[in-house]
Amino acid sequence: MAEAKKAKKEKIPRTKMPEQAPEVRRRNFEEVPLGLTPEMAQREAGRCLQCKKPACVTGCPVEVPIPEFIGHIRDGNFEKAILALWTKNSFPAVCGRVCPQENQCEGKCIVGKKDDPVAIGYLERFVADWARAQSDISLPPIPEKTGKKVAVVGTGPGGLTVAGDLILKGHDVTMFEAFHKPGGVLVYGIPEFRLPKEIVAHEVAFLSQLGVKVECNVVVGRMITVDELLQEQGFDAVYIGVGAGLPRFLGVPGENAIGVYSANEYLTRSNLMKAYLFPEYDTPLVKGKKVVVFGGGNVAMDSLRTAMRMGADEVKCIYRRSRSELPARAEEIHHAEEEGIEFFFLHSPLRFFEDDKGFLTGVEVQEMELGEPDESGRRRPVPIKGSTKTMECDMAIIAVGAAANPLVTSTTQGLETNQWGYIVADEAGKTKKPGVWAGGDIVTGAATVILAAGAGRQAANSIHQYLTWGW
Amino acid sequence: MFEIIARQELAQGTVVANDIMAPKIAAKARPGQFIILRVNETGERIPLTMADTDPERGTITIIYQVVGKTTAMMARLGAGDTIMDIAGPLGRPTPIEKKGTIICVGGGTGVAVLHPITRGFKQAGNKVIAIIGARNQELLIMEDKMAKASDELLVCTDDGSYGHHGFVTDVLREQLQKLGDEVKEAVCIGPVPMMKFCAKVTEEFKVPTMASLNAIMVDGTGMCGCCRVSVGGQTKFACVDGPEFDAHQVDFEELSRRLTAYIPQEKEAMDLFQHKCSCEA
Ligand SMILES: Cc1cc2nc3c(=O)[nH]c(=O)nc-3n(C[C@H](O)[C@H](O)[C@H](O)COP(=O)(O)OP(=O)(O)OC[C@H]3O[C@@H](n4cnc5c(N)ncnc54)[C@H](O)[C@@H]3O)c2cc1C
Ligand SMILES: Cc1cc2nc3c(=O)[nH]c(=O)nc-3n(C[C@H](O)[C@H](O)[C@H](O)COP(=O)(O)OP(=O)(O)OC[C@H]3O[C@@H](n4cnc5c(N)ncnc54)[C@H](O)[C@@H]3O)c2cc1C
Ligand code: SF4
Ligand code: FES
Repeated sequence: MAEAKKAKKEKIPRTKMPEQAPEVRRRNFEEVPLGLTPEMAQREAGRCLQCKKPACVTGCPVEVPIPEFIGHIRDGNFEKAILALWTKNSFPAVCGRVCPQENQCEGKCIVGKKDDPVAIGYLERFVADWARAQSDISLPPIPEKTGKKVAVVGTGPGGLTVAGDLILKGHDVTMFEAFHKPGGVLVYGIPEFRLPKEIVAHEVAFLSQLGVKVECNVVVGRMITVDELLQEQGFDAVYIGVGAGLPRFLGVPGENAIGVYSANEYLTRSNLMKAYLFPEYDTPLVKGKKVVVFGGGNVAMDSLRTAMRMGADEVKCIYRRSRSELPARAEEIHHAEEEGIEFFFLHSPLRFFEDDKGFLTGVEVQEMELGEPDESGRRRPVPIKGSTKTMECDMAIIAVGAAANPLVTSTTQGLETNQWGYIVADEAGKTKKPGVWAGGDIVTGAATVILAAGAGRQAANSIHQYLTWGW
Repeated sequence: MFEIIARQELAQGTVVANDIMAPKIAAKARPGQFIILRVNETGERIPLTMADTDPERGTITIIYQVVGKTTAMMARLGAGDTIMDIAGPLGRPTPIEKKGTIICVGGGTGVAVLHPITRGFKQAGNKVIAIIGARNQELLIMEDKMAKASDELLVCTDDGSYGHHGFVTDVLREQLQKLGDEVKEAVCIGPVPMMKFCAKVTEEFKVPTMASLNAIMVDGTGMCGCCRVSVGGQTKFACVDGPEFDAHQVDFEELSRRLTAYIPQEKEAMDLFQHKCSCEA
């Protein structure tokens, strides 16, 4: 408490992130937050109370030594700050941008009890960007080769973490990726204006420099199976981090009209295939003028804001629960509102309409009200009888979640999955199949970057133990 | 990078065949499976069936009709040139078993897709009757290969310039009338209207029929749902649940409509490409 008082006395307000103005950025794909200057970062770092028992760290899934790295920033020692961050988090430039800080570290920060919490995310991003700009940061020493070979299937944040950790333990690591570019959701899902692809490319290039091999265009389960990797290709262990890559649709009539996209398709076309640069890039995308997006998570926010940037006149978010249940990061919701996205809470789709050529013309929605709490403890939305309306639209994007893609699990002998098709694995990522680990969204269901990276680190430790001591 | 090691023009240059070095794919590919390729950094991902594979040489053969920007760009590549990305084999292989008599019907470039399937059925010990068609003799492809792959080959052209004068559906009906119950299965691959009418004919004779659906695709791994088709009232993903489906259950009208999703953009891309080419020339 004495500490909290001290902060109040000093009354340094939380640093505002410089950003592109909403009316400008809503039509371009450049990153929205511009980053803190060193002076801003040091001032913000000065707001940290350096708690003896830091609550923020308990909110961080990978227990980044937060007061330590912030202390180094305050002292102007950015190199020490990045080294402290790297002890627990390999991708601070990514996490500083996409972690739901308000539910994690910042949500727990003591300063936040009376005032705005320390901007831990901004600071994390600041040091990571600083480190990326330095040309003289040397590669970590690579230990002598152990002669063991590890295959990593999927190059999302989980797979990248495993690869980085194990190459630094002296094992030989090869990553296999179905797409033509590594990075997982970080390249095909999260848009450029939130996470510049150059950052992901930098992380991958770093792993390559350390000696990690990356094989793209390899769809495991089709070109090669996990069993073949183990039995024929001489890999001693396999990590499966293929994400939850199966789009959920709404299951309402008219869903196959032209102009109805899954968020996965819409975002893959625009991010991975760069359809927003058509015709310079060849992949096309319908340019909706009146766009509706179903869902309220990060995926929905990314779809809404991409549609706005593609030149839509109006973009609507349609969510079946109320505002307080929106699962997206607070910053994304705030940015979306600033950019002119309209929100329709307590609405649920009934059916889509199309013209005689099959193009989407509208959607009928049902108005809802909040009823009794459901299993999740949230009040269940129930239809208000007779209260439906039709909204005109020429594009609809469905962002109501993902499910497990069976391509790898169905082609691997003896790999246990649960009733939803996710892989069963213990805390360390060990599956029921000897020599095989799994983690990230394919184990937990759609979650977060930091949880996938954290699972990757656990698995890497477990794989290293196995390669050293046996199963 | 995947090197093109041979190039051949068919149907007066409207169709091109490429043999491409891709040993890992060649080793795994089975009839009915396809690849997704991206020609260069700015390219689109497009699906093409493997018309043939040579695991020993390490090559796959693709045969494509020049219809838009990507295929036009590919048509300009020759032996020694490379294709940036190829992922495969994708899709479920055709279920090939010994059943008796099988009729394989192909139209246009669909014949290329049909070829490995026809050969597979024959190798499995079936009696295979192949029916192939094109608008005219010049556009007919792979006649000799199809003759080798089947026990009996029937050829037709819409204008009567060669073989039977008329559509493949007419010949199909004649064969079904002649052979009756002997025919255990039909496979039809070609333009959507052709597949639709073939399915109508075989339905009359209650012959189980497979069609290979050419839905627009992006990833080819079940991740995006772009390729969704309605089969028996259910939504399926052509890339992982197919590309072959029970032709009597497929909603061909919906497939036709969904294939028109990007016509304005496809035209824009093609016009720009041709303009650029004519400026270079
Ligand atoms: C649009 C969007 C926005 C998001 N925003 C946020 C956010 O702001 N903050 C946050 O914390 N989280 C966010 N998430 C969630 C987060 O991105 C995921 O939880 C995380 O990426 C999961 O990581 P992963 O390692 O499990 O796999 P993924 O990132 O899903 O990567 C899996 C990789 O495996 C590849 N693969 C799949 N099948 C095969 C196969 N058979 N063979 C070879 N390779 C294969 C895929 O192509 C992919 O590259 C978002 C997700 C999406 C889709
Ligand atoms: C499983 C499968 C196998 C195929 N096999 C062959 C084959 O062996 N030989 C062959 O000639 N064609 C094949 N096709 C069709 C081929 O993919 C298209 O002709 C090609 O994508 C056209 O690209 P383009 O840029 O030249 O033309 P565009 O101008 O882009 O398109 C012309 C037409 O092709 C279709 N098309 C466009 N983009 C795609 C896409 N990404 N995926 C699928 N269709 C698209 C659309 O109907 C479009 O109107 C196959 C399609 C599928 C789905
Ligand atoms: S960030 Fe907040 S909780 Fe963490 S050490 Fe600083 S003041 Fe304490
Ligand atoms: S092409 Fe994406 S799911 Fe089939």
